[in-house]
Amino acid sequence: MEITLETIVFAVLALFTTVNAVLAVTTRRILRAATYLLFVLFGTAGIYFQLNYSFLGAVQLLIYAGGITVLYVFSILLTSSEGDMAKHLKGYKLVAGLIATCLGLGVCLYITLRHDFLPSHFEHGELSVRTIGHALMSSGKFGYVLPFEVISLLLLACIVGGILIARKR
Amino acid sequence: MIRMEYYLIVSTIMMFVGIYGFVTRRNLLAMLISVELILNSVDINFVVFNRFLFPGELEGFFFALFAIGVSAAETAVAIAIIINIYRNLRNIQVRNLREMKW
Amino acid sequence: MEYTILILLLPFVSFLVLGLAGMKLRPVVAGVIGTAVVAVVAAVSYCTAFEYFFAVGRDAAGLYPTLVPWNGVWLPISATLHIDLGILLDPISVMMLVVISTVSLMVHIYSFGYMKGERGFQRYYAFLSLFTMSMMGLVVATNIFQMYLFWELVGVSSYLLIGFYYTKKEAIAASKKAFIVTRFADLGFLVGILFYGYYAGTFSFTPDAKLLVAAGGMIPLALGLMFIGGAGKSAMFPLHIWLPDAMEGPTPVSALIHAATMVVAGVYLVARMFPLFVGYAPEVLHWTAYIGAFTALYAAVVACVQSDIKRVLAFSTISQIGFMIVSLGVCTSTDPHAGGLGYMASMFHLFTHALFKALLFLGAGAIIHAVHSNEMSAMGGLRRYMPLTHATFLVACLAIAGIWPLSGFFSKDEILTACFAFSPVMGWVMTAIAGLTAFYMFRLYYNIFWGRENRELHAAHTPHEAPWTMTLPLLILAAATLVAGWIPFGRGISSNGEAYTIHIDGSVAAVSLCVAVAGIALATWMYAREKQPVADRLAETFSGLHRAAYHRFYIDEVYQFITHRVIFACISTPIAWFDRHVVDGAMNLLATATQGTAYAIRRIQSGSVQRYCIWMLCGALGLTILVLIIC
Repeated sequence: MEITLETIVFAVLALFTTVNAVLAVTTRRILRAATYLLFVLFGTAGIYFQLNYSFLGAVQLLIYAGGITVLYVFSILLTSSEGDMAKHLKGYKLVAGLIATCLGLGVCLYITLRHDFLPSHFEHGELSVRTIGHALMSSGKFGYVLPFEVISLLLLACIVGGILIARKR
Repeated sequence: MIRMEYYLIVSTIMMFVGIYGFVTRRNLLAMLISVELILNSVDINFVVFNRFLFPGELEGFFFALFAIGVSAAETAVAIAIIINIYRNLRNIQVRNLREMKW
Repeated sequence: MEYTILILLLPFVSFLVLGLAGMKLRPVVAGVIGTAVVAVVAAVSYCTAFEYFFAVGRDAAGLYPTLVPWNGVWLPISATLHIDLGILLDPISVMMLVVISTVSLMVHIYSFGYMKGERGFQRYYAFLSLFTMSMMGLVVATNIFQMYLFWELVGVSSYLLIGFYYTKKEAIAASKKAFIVTRFADLGFLVGILFYGYYAGTFSFTPDAKLLVAAGGMIPLALGLMFIGGAGKSAMFPLHIWLPDAMEGPTPVSALIHAATMVVAGVYLVARMFPLFVGYAPEVLHWTAYIGAFTALYAAVVACVQSDIKRVLAFSTISQIGFMIVSLGVCTSTDPHAGGLGYMASMFHLFTHALFKALLFLGAGAIIHAVHSNEMSAMGGLRRYMPLTHATFLVACLAIAGIWPLSGFFSKDEILTACFAFSPVMGWVMTAIAGLTAFYMFRLYYNIFWGRENRELHAAHTPHEAPWTMTLPLLILAAATLVAGWIPFGRGISSNGEAYTIHIDGSVAAVSLCVAVAGIALATWMYAREKQPVADRLAETFSGLHRAAYHRFYIDEVYQFITHRVIFACISTPIAWFDRHVVDGAMNLLATATQGTAYAIRRIQSGSVQRYCIWMLCGALGLTILVLIIC
């Protein structure tokens, strides 16, 4: 496999994402975990960009990195005091979790790599926002207006629900 | 040329890291962060399959798009619940949530 | 004659009303409801009897028809074998309707006085209604299975009424004893019914003759088993032990159930199956006669030495039912002129006995009401205090002793004639028992109304005549006893349905009269005076015999020995041990194992989502690996 710029970028992105993911679940400081999550999301956005899905990458950055992470940080600041550190876990739980996950990872990777997928062909070329917009708003075949409306309702419901649950009684 | 499997390896690792975090962390917010990792890895899978296997269609793309929206909603509600719990218990450790156990 | 359904429905409704709402009613109201219903039933019964015997009358062949105004198939088993519920009217069932409703009405009226102020007055009337309904249902049964159903209902109401004073230990024991003994006998009845149903192919009383002949020895067996049920209800030896104890119930109940109606159900059963007995199982029929004769003798001997007046009457009842059974058993054909006389005689005696035995019991109730004791020692000389009771009791005693022109004379004379026609030995034995009957009845009579007066007791509590509610039934029944013998009974009821004119056989009548008078004279000589030297000396001389007879020849003790020492100790106890340790043990082991397992694995259900998650992951992984290995 020849080393191209694309490959290098992918390797860097993959390493960055993976390492940050591992750090996010192993760090004992919750605020740091949120920060590592932010990095993971950046990495994911990078992967989207690399796949020529710029719109999706932008959405990822806007909503995930911009919105959700901020929400996390706020709630962490609301619920944790300064210097709040997770306690060391009991050994056997850690070991059980680790073994189960490693085993699962192995099995999954084994299956993924053994499996013969359809012939894959990567096509360069950006997906235009016009196409996305038409697909989102059309109601015919391959039209997504119904999920679009449903998710708007869902968001409305979750705004109301969030206020209801979190308000002071 | 990057093969599709490489992306899948990344997403699989991210998935199981998320599961590991979900199973081992005791802090509700940390568990939620792990769930976000899992969701993210699935998003990557959808997008990758869409791009490599069915480039002419947009199902995977839109699935990822909507998943991002749903996860935003999910996070908002979950954090509201966590804040409520914190208000009642003054902390958000899982082991203290015993009221509903019996 | 569709209105006959009222005979069953009215008492049943009364039972429901009194049983469910009785405690809300005032006692008098409940009593009036029960009595009014029985009065209506009695009126309907008389009406039925009148219409049946006179308006419907004989058919072209000169026989009374068998009418079935109501019948419904309740439980079809096969084309011919089905259990019906309905009403069957023929001479004996109509006769029984009259007897039962009359005695029941008398007892209902009498109970107003006797049971006054008792706790559970309403319950008492509810049970009486239930009994009346079931007894009526028994006699009008269209088939043997319906008879069995009502037979059990009668047993239940008898049980309830014997145990009416349920706070009294003896009453509880007596009710249990009555129920268990009769149930035990009813097992034979049921098995007999099933045999009969299987071989005759029907439960009706008129089966196909061809099938009966083909069944051969099974029909006598079935009839014999049925007779065991009848023997239990009718207190034939050795199943008689419950009847004397049943006297623990209220005295009017004894009069109704344990003297006049229920205990003759066995006789009625044999009479109902009489054509089959005579036609297909004459040996069984004769065996019933021997059993009846022995029972009559045994009960008469025991009755001679009892000191409790109700027990004397109970044994007298057993003895008289023995007479009826003997009378049926000595029949050799269905022709009343040649060997079938006993059928008519038995039914006639059933009829007259119901009247005068009810009278005796009600009189005894009045006496007990007056002196508050069942023992003869508390009585004596009561004729001065209770003239009405005395007169009616004397009438009944003379009737049961068989003195002309009272009803008992006529029926007993027919029975003795039938017995002599069967065999002279049987005739003389029954004549001797008739004499014994006269003796013990007049011993009872003299000990109550004459003889040694218990002056201290009577001074403390002067006996008094009973209220009119109690004396009125006594007078009515006494009047009935006086005239019942002149009823041309044979014209209505005979073994083949043809009219039979009762004619008194001069020699038999003379002998039985002589024996009865001799028995009365002996009793007068021994018991009529203040001092009873002869009786006391006799009791001393034959002290062993006296004691044995007083203890009813230890039959109860034999039962006690067999049940407790043999059955309970050798069979029941090991079975109980097996049940408790092996059967229950296995169940307990199961339960303990389940509990232990649950305790052991309940930590899995920790409520921790994370732990569940690990388990789920492991499960999914396991399944995946399994699929990978297999494929």
